[in-house]
This record gives sequence, C-alpha cells and structure tokens, in this order.
Amino acid sequence: MRDVSIIGVGQTAVAEHWDRSIRDLSVEAIAAARQDAGSDRVDVLFVGNMLSGELGGQENLATLVADACALLPIEAVKIEAACASGGAALRAACLAVGSGAHDCALVLGVEKMTDHLTDGVTSALALAADADYEAAHGISFAALNALLMRRYMHEHRARHEDFAPFSVNAHRNAARNPRAMYRTPITVDDFVGSPLVADPINILDSAGICDGAAALLVAPSSEARRARRPPVRVTASACATDSLGLAERRDPLVWQGVADSARMAYEQAKVKPKDIDFFEVHDAFTIVSVLTLEACGFADRGSALKLAAEGRIALEGDIPIGTMGGLKGRGHPVGASGAYQLVECVLQLRGEAGEAQVKGASIGMAQSVGGSGSVAVTHILQA
Amino acid sequence: MMELPRFHRLRGAYYRLEGSACPACERRFFPPRSVCPSCKAQGLRTFAFSGRGTLYSFSRVLQPPRGFAAMAPYDVGMVRLEEGPLISAQLADTEGVDLSIGMPVEMVTRKIRDAEEHGYIVYGYKFRPLLRPGRAGGP
Repeated sequence: MRDVSIIGVGQTAVAEHWDRSIRDLSVEAIAAARQDAGSDRVDVLFVGNMLSGELGGQENLATLVADACALLPIEAVKIEAACASGGAALRAACLAVGSGAHDCALVLGVEKMTDHLTDGVTSALALAADADYEAAHGISFAALNALLMRRYMHEHRARHEDFAPFSVNAHRNAARNPRAMYRTPITVDDFVGSPLVADPINILDSAGICDGAAALLVAPSSEARRARRPPVRVTASACATDSLGLAERRDPLVWQGVADSARMAYEQAKVKPKDIDFFEVHDAFTIVSVLTLEACGFADRGSALKLAAEGRIALEGDIPIGTMGGLKGRGHPVGASGAYQLVECVLQLRGEAGEAQVKGASIGMAQSVGGSGSVAVTHILQA
Repeated sequence: MMELPRFHRLRGAYYRLEGSACPACERRFFPPRSVCPSCKAQGLRTFAFSGRGTLYSFSRVLQPPRGFAAMAPYDVGMVRLEEGPLISAQLADTEGVDLSIGMPVEMVTRKIRDAEEHGYIVYGYKFRPLLRPGRAGGP
C-alpha cells in the first residue's frame, strides 16, 4: 500500500442551516477543501452520509454531489456506516489512493437533519440500531445509551453528575471554535438541571441535531509535498464491528468493536495510547466518551470518569478530547461528524486550530462510531 | 413504517420468545440466529425462552420516536433471561414500582404498536416486575 496524506480540508459552520440544502453545504465544503489544497484534481468522490434517504428523500447522493460540484463524470459513491459514515468515507479514500487505483480522492461528510421535527430525527437515528429488536419496540438511540449509562453507574457506583466534565469540556472547547454550534460554556449545575431525554440521559449528555458538511482531499504522500498546505499523513486507518443489537454482547459495557478498531490502528501507526497527543472522541453521549476511553486504552475499566474529573481531557491535559468541541459542542451532523473530526485533526496538526490549539500536537487520533459501538473507524494522523 | 410481512415473520420471537440454541456448543441466543457467533456452527434450532429473568438496566423514554408518542413516557429495559442471554424490551406495569437493577421480571404479551392505516396491531413481548416475587419460578 502507498503512504497517503491529507492535502486539503474544508468545512461549513455546523448549525441549523434552514436556508441551505444538502447541495449547498456540500458545494461549500468541497470548494473550501480544493482551495485549501490549491489543486483542482479529483479522481474519485466518497460521500459519507447516513440519512439522506430517510430525511431528504434522496439517495444516489454521491452523484448529486459530483454533479453539483461540476465533477462529472468521476467515480462517486456514498459510504454508509451509520454515525461512522464520515470516518468510513476517509477509509475508502485511503484504500483507493493507497492501492494505486486513484491518485486524488475527495472525501465529503455531509448531513442535513433540521428539515424535520425531533420525533422524525429520533426515528431516523434509530435506523442505526436493530430494526426488529430495538427500534420497533420504541427503544430510541438515546434510550440504548441510557441503558448503558444506568448500568455503568450501577457497576461503578457513579452518579449522573460525574459525567458532567465531558459536557463542560466539550462546550468550553467549542467556544474556541468559530465553526461550532454550541459556543456557550456550561456549568455542572447547567448539566444537572438539563431536561431528560431518556433517563438518566439529558439534553446536555447528548450531541445536538444539526446540519453540516466537511471535506478532505487525499493524495499519495509522495505527491503531497506539492500541495499548498503542509500535508498530514494518515498513518493508520482501521474499521471493526460488533453485534448490531446491544443486548447481544457478552458484556455491553465492553465496546469490543471500538477496542479492536483502535488496537489495529495502534499497530498500523506503531504507537501506543500514551503517544497520542489528542483524541477526537465520538462523544454522541457522555457515556460514549467513557466507554470509548476505556476501550481504547486511555483509562482502565471503570476509571474514565476519574480521567475527566482530573481535567486530563482538557486542552491542557495529557489526553485532550473533542478539542474543537467534539460532537457535543461542535454539533453532530451524524454522517458528517467523522469528517469534521478529521478536518479538526488536520487543523491541529498544522497548528491552525486557533484558540483551540493543542500545543505541540504531532499525533492525533479520530474515531467515528456507528450504532451503539457496533461499527468503529479509527484514524491516526501525523504531522 | 409497519410492514405486514415483516411483523408476520417476527411472530415466533415476538409472541413466544423464540430464539435459537446451538447444537454444538449449547449456547442460546435471542433474537434467533442461523449461525452460532461463538463456535460458528450452522443449523441452530429454535429454542423458546421461559420469559423469566432479572432487570439488567432500565430507562424512561421521554422523547419518543415517531409512532410512540401516545405511550410516552414509557419504560424500557434490558433483561438478563434465566437461560443466559440479554434482551432489550419495553417494560410494562411499572406504575408505582421502584425499578431497580436485579429485580425479577417476567414476559408478558402486550401491544407494541397501534394499528395504522392497514389495521394491523403489532403485539409482542414486554417485561413486567414479577407479580409474585416470593414464588420465583412462575405460577
């Protein structure tokens, strides 16, 4: 496999873009990435998206994007892996360029969610769960995570407010990211007093519904030096799966697919968790951050809450997470979130993260998770 | 979003709590599978669970998906079945009950979804706190 690099990135603000369509958002992010790279060449387009069919009545989405961006007749396909779609799209690009099949791959993560009321989006998100044995019983995606959270609190004698540092940290970091949706810092009291979604999960445990698009250009590292911006190498790209239904795990609090994906990534990049300078965690719910940090080797089982309580996840900590707000603070346009994480990783590694910059960052990890830990895509990027 | 053939296919699992048992390694599964994820054996046979178990975790849904607003708020849970597997389901008859992890529960057949335009009411399993906990093992 050829060594691959990211040579350009672009993103729209994450927001409720009521006046903008999935086309508009896609075109903006892609134009920004191409301008950033200073290159017009695109051989193939991979669009990471989860819900264009369900929420927009539009499949064949990659053709729509290629057409809207005047990229016809290039190869273009949509990559769907629930909320991990954005990460899976970059992985497809790495395989395409790494194999030599293509020389310049364009990755787009895009999602348009706010045309619908909450119950419609709640139903759509449940498509990532088991349709017959979870969603059909009215067990929402938030409820699945609530079941995990309650059990975690039971096994580790934790209180709900012990999860507050994750949400507080996400909002604090988002306040430093001009593209983020929730730029208002919150307190522990705000967290505790937030309305319930699925007990014990409340609004401030949960990443918000929004719209956005983020794009990346991938090229062989041997050619990346000609790009306008400093290239960032992709030193690991790994995907693993676990049972679709949460109840079918031997131990639902052990996210084995997430662990497997991270382990493969560490092996590829020849690094250990302690070598990672910052980690873009898939913090769709606070409990997801907890289970992920434990599965990926940043905390022992039952000790991720302590990691957060000690401030180690902050920008100044030894393992900063969600450096530009994460899913919670930046917003979670589901199929686009993985692409946003990677764009943010690139900005951090180029030293262009502004007020959110992690000092001296040279190795970043981004992990995109779909379903209740049922599919995980992990990338490690290096300056 | 209720497709008649789909829910008709599910009737064994939904009405009778039918899962699978592996002829090779004896492990039991819910929902039913045709290949054993543990030993990879094929030809799993149908196995009906007793419907008794204990509560593994629970949650009250306050922001329901489309089609469930009339029931909300409602309780959902994961139940550790007596025979081993976990199952996710709605909880029934929880009014006035302090739910707690580990409490004994039993399967009941209840309405899962109201009739929509095609008039088909989906029934299936839910779990309720054991009516007579002192007599664990059933009626």
